[in-house]
Amino acid sequence: MRLKIGVPSKGRLMEQCFDWFASRGVPMRRTGDTREYSGEINGVEGADLVLLSAGEVPRELAAGRLHLGVTGSDLVREQLADWSAQVVELAPMGFGHADLVVAVPAAWVDVDTLDDLDAVAAGFRGGHGFRLRIATKYHRLVRDYLRRHGVADYQLVDSQGATEGTIRNLTAEAVADITSTGATLRANHLKVLAAPPVLQSQATLFAARSADWSGCRPVLERLLSRLGLPGDPSL
Amino acid sequence: MTPDPAGVRAEGQRLLAAFVAAGAQPVEADILQPAEVLLDLYGEDIRARAYVTQDPLRGEMMLRPDFTVPVVQAHMQGGAEPARYAYLGEVFRKQESRKSERASEYLQAGFELFDRERPAEADAEVFALFARLLAPLRLRAATGDIGILRAAVQGLPTSAARKAALLRHLWRPHRFRALLERYAGRVPVSPERATLLELLARGERPVSDAPHIGLRSVAEIDARLQLLAEDAATPPVAAGLVDDLEALVSIAAKAPAALQELRAHARVLPWIVESVTGFARRLEALEARGIDVADLDFEASYGRTTLEYYDGFVFGFVAEARPDLPPVATGGRYDALTAVLGQGRSIPAVGGVIRPALVAALKGAG
Repeated sequence: MRLKIGVPSKGRLMEQCFDWFASRGVPMRRTGDTREYSGEINGVEGADLVLLSAGEVPRELAAGRLHLGVTGSDLVREQLADWSAQVVELAPMGFGHADLVVAVPAAWVDVDTLDDLDAVAAGFRGGHGFRLRIATKYHRLVRDYLRRHGVADYQLVDSQGATEGTIRNLTAEAVADITSTGATLRANHLKVLAAPPVLQSQATLFAARSADWSGCRPVLERLLSRLGLPGDPSL
Repeated sequence: MTPDPAGVRAEGQRLLAAFVAAGAQPVEADILQPAEVLLDLYGEDIRARAYVTQDPLRGEMMLRPDFTVPVVQAHMQGGAEPARYAYLGEVFRKQESRKSERASEYLQAGFELFDRERPAEADAEVFALFARLLAPLRLRAATGDIGILRAAVQGLPTSAARKAALLRHLWRPHRFRALLERYAGRVPVSPERATLLELLARGERPVSDAPHIGLRSVAEIDARLQLLAEDAATPPVAAGLVDDLEALVSIAAKAPAALQELRAHARVLPWIVESVTGFARRLEALEARGIDVADLDFEASYGRTTLEYYDGFVFGFVAEARPDLPPVATGGRYDALTAVLGQGRSIPAVGGVIRPALVAALKGAG
């Protein structure tokens, strides 16, 4: 049994991921044609590199088809129910930082906090006959967050992209989205609520609890020691 | 230990037969229910608990998370009064935790009583019926009364807006308490909000350099600014009243002692007198039906964190030796729900459900 490690297949996230491993003595690289998603990993015997979309890593870890995987902590927490029962966080990697935040039109001068959002939601429902719409692709995280903070009378509407534009397009009244600098939100005339972010996310190395670890333990131990991480994660 | 499905169904049939023997008419309900009605009642949280699916013609549908809504709807479309209904069928609830072994699909046997005339009697009838059916399992019964909490809020000497906000968050104890503390003037106003309120007090309107976007109109923003100004000018609720209300909310005692405590609170919050009298009348009705009220537990906040349609008497039966199990039975009064679903009409209603699988499991263990 060879240890399978999944990493993002393209873009800046892939480059930063390769840098992170290389600086710890585990160089990775893509092989073949630039359009071909294959790669190799050096420095550790018995491990294979799998290149895939960061959005698919949580599912593959949960299914046990990957032993290890690199993806955003936001994606794991959003996609996996009871995530810590399915994967173990081995190392936050220090890049791919992004906050999941709730934002409303900057013109809402009466709204600064979640309390305000809740009060506005109550009034909005009374006036419009439907619940205030919050566009997001992070349904689980946002719903848990709003429940924890006692916000009611809202509905989540799905938005898989260009979420900041939904308010102008009248398909939502507020958004919950990932931002790193806030520039896109400001450009769309939105402001972030004065509240703790729903989640502070970064690229993270995860291990799958349900993967078949028989025969892979020695490889894992060698890899962890190479990466300078504590051995024997409780898998 | 999971009892066999046939045994569970037989247990359910036995409970259904007992409900019918108690005068109920058996009713059926569709498994697929329109999602919109349930979402409007329970809010977005129900999505985390109910299975949602898409029907090409009817839109978003849910696998029924309970029977109450369809039974109320059926009654409002022309049931006799008073009416008693019983049902037996699967309900569906998503489970998020792998560790808990709670079922996501299970049988529910239920009994609902619609009666306009004698609320205390109706409460006692339902509770006593459940207590009798569950007696062999030696469960602990817990009771509460959301009606007393509602009355306590409704009588507070403060603005209608504040009372509406408190009532809206009765089911979110954390937020409810935060609101109370704010209305008592015990929470410092943030510097940003203080600046905004000063501006409003001078008759000015805060401006944003961003253009107005979205469906929420400038008029709506202005109306809320007006509400904020009015709220800032509303005097704080007296600390003594807030302290007393917070103490009332945390009453937990045997029913007779709880009644004494409630009567003491009624001296500070005289507007709860009527609901406390109702509580006393219910205890008498329960006693008349053979319930040992001296040993009946009462928690003022019982039922506050579950489904938010209960607005009066609430109860649950739990197996104390099995804290891993959910309550074997739960129920309560939901007068306001019938008004929401009745499109202008309403009828006082009380009811409850039993989970036959838990009854069978506990019987097997005993």
